[in-house]
Amino acid sequence: MIAASKRRKKQRMTEGAIQTILFLCAALSVITTIGIVGVLLFETWGFFQEVSIIDFLTDTQWTPLFVDKHFGIMSLLAGTCLIALIAMCVALPLGIMSAIYLNEYAPSRVRETIKPIIEVLAGIPTVVYGYFALLFVTPLLQSFIPNLSGFNALAPGIVMGIMILPMVSSLSEDAMHSVPDSLKEGAYALGATRFQVATSVVVPAALSGIMSAAVLAVSRAIGETMIVSIAAGQQPRLTMNPLVPLETITAFIVQVSLGDTPTGTIEYKTIFAAGMTLFIFTLVLNLFSQWLKERYREEY
Amino acid sequence: MTRLERNKLADKLFKVVAICATAVALVFLAALVIDLIYDGAGRIDWSFITSFPSRRPARAGIIAAIAGTFWLMGLTALFAFPIGVGAGIYLEEYAKKNTFTKIIEVNIANLAGVPSIIYGLLGLGIFVRTFRLDQSLLTGALTLTLLILPIIIITTREALRAVPSGLRQASYALGASQWQTTYSQVLPVAMPGILTGTILALSRAIGETAPLVAIGALTYIAFLPESVMDPFTALPIQIFNWVSRPQKGFAINAAAAIIVLLCITLVLNSIAIYLRHRFKKRMRW
Repeated sequence: MIAASKRRKKQRMTEGAIQTILFLCAALSVITTIGIVGVLLFETWGFFQEVSIIDFLTDTQWTPLFVDKHFGIMSLLAGTCLIALIAMCVALPLGIMSAIYLNEYAPSRVRETIKPIIEVLAGIPTVVYGYFALLFVTPLLQSFIPNLSGFNALAPGIVMGIMILPMVSSLSEDAMHSVPDSLKEGAYALGATRFQVATSVVVPAALSGIMSAAVLAVSRAIGETMIVSIAAGQQPRLTMNPLVPLETITAFIVQVSLGDTPTGTIEYKTIFAAGMTLFIFTLVLNLFSQWLKERYREEY
Repeated sequence: MTRLERNKLADKLFKVVAICATAVALVFLAALVIDLIYDGAGRIDWSFITSFPSRRPARAGIIAAIAGTFWLMGLTALFAFPIGVGAGIYLEEYAKKNTFTKIIEVNIANLAGVPSIIYGLLGLGIFVRTFRLDQSLLTGALTLTLLILPIIIITTREALRAVPSGLRQASYALGASQWQTTYSQVLPVAMPGILTGTILALSRAIGETAPLVAIGALTYIAFLPESVMDPFTALPIQIFNWVSRPQKGFAINAAAAIIVLLCITLVLNSIAIYLRHRFKKRMRW
């Protein structure tokens, strides 16, 4: 009896200890977030001790590495947005079309073959896309557009679009797949073609899911680093011209990281201020995407 | 033309356009592979694999980068697997439905969407500057661990959720405790799914460049790392360095190194697919 109760006591203690360890594992994710926000806030605070926030938001030049320093994040934001825009122009139509094709038209055998191949695109390291943008797509585009510079926004934008295409395609497909069959069958019974069912029933019903995918794709595009670091050049420029070299927020962080920047210098702090800007943008987009997805879940 | 004919024509036209849209992705992938093989396959030989980096492209090799990549992969797996699976088990099997659990869940979903370069800044601020681990393998592995933890947690939870609850109830009915049930009954069944997710996460980790650049990983290493505190380089870093140079010889080296990197990720992905296949077979109850 006594041995049994002792064993039970010991077991209860082990159970408690294990549960605590497992809880700590889960809590680490919260600590990670606190770490990210803490590090970014701390260095950004130091940054704004030296640079006025008004200059940061309104100056049109970004030259923290020059003697004549300007800290206008606008020119990095312009580059980031331009490339994300080009990427979305590629990824959205192609992604949604291929989702419609795979969901509504393709025989299941074709679907089963093509889907994993498209997924392969999502698993390729981004540095590989960078190589491809700089050494294959740019020379190819230059044969059509002679005044395209060796570093530009167009090639990395297009390649980034292909990179995020699998995400747009598979998330849109999930959304289309969860449209109840009865809705589609109702439309078919009224004599609609597959095209009409796809455009008038499936896409509208799955719209918030598709939009959620699109917003998430924008977030991925503005956070993407290697393609733009390799193929877009490193010249911050307030422009919407896709043919000239420019720089994104992420590429700037890489540019500074490659050099030897001592802690505490203003150059060191700028990458955290730039990182903070990037973090806020992606966080807002991610939350917006989740909100859209939740909304659509409630409908059925 | 009647309206019916018009509708049918629109349907057919749309089908063609949609097939073309799908084909763009496939053509792109084919062009990428062919371009890489055309540029780099001829460069891969034994001396390329076993040489250290050099200023002359024809004599440079990737042994330091390969060693660094395998070190990173091993260390990251060592840290990320137990923590990720532990967190997954907690959230799926133990956690009560309260506000704190909800916070952890929302938090993990958001962490999965944080750009990888931000994790690099975290690693720079915490591991390099605060803990003074410098540009060591340990810093790299810890940074990559934080980066892939959300993926491992999410796939672990999915794998655990797929285990039928009857299994748990049967185990409880025999007097097993919660941990005994989880460890001896639920985990073995969920393990192939968990391993699949972990391997896919690792294959993502070894392809990551941005966070390693942000923590300041070196590109020129003329020795092999021997402990976790040694400085390192990795395949993606080496590729990035070579791509950034103007000489044609380095571009060829980059293509060759990319082929090696893709082969490693391909092997990892094949293992994951094999495990998933076995998982499907065993899941007949």
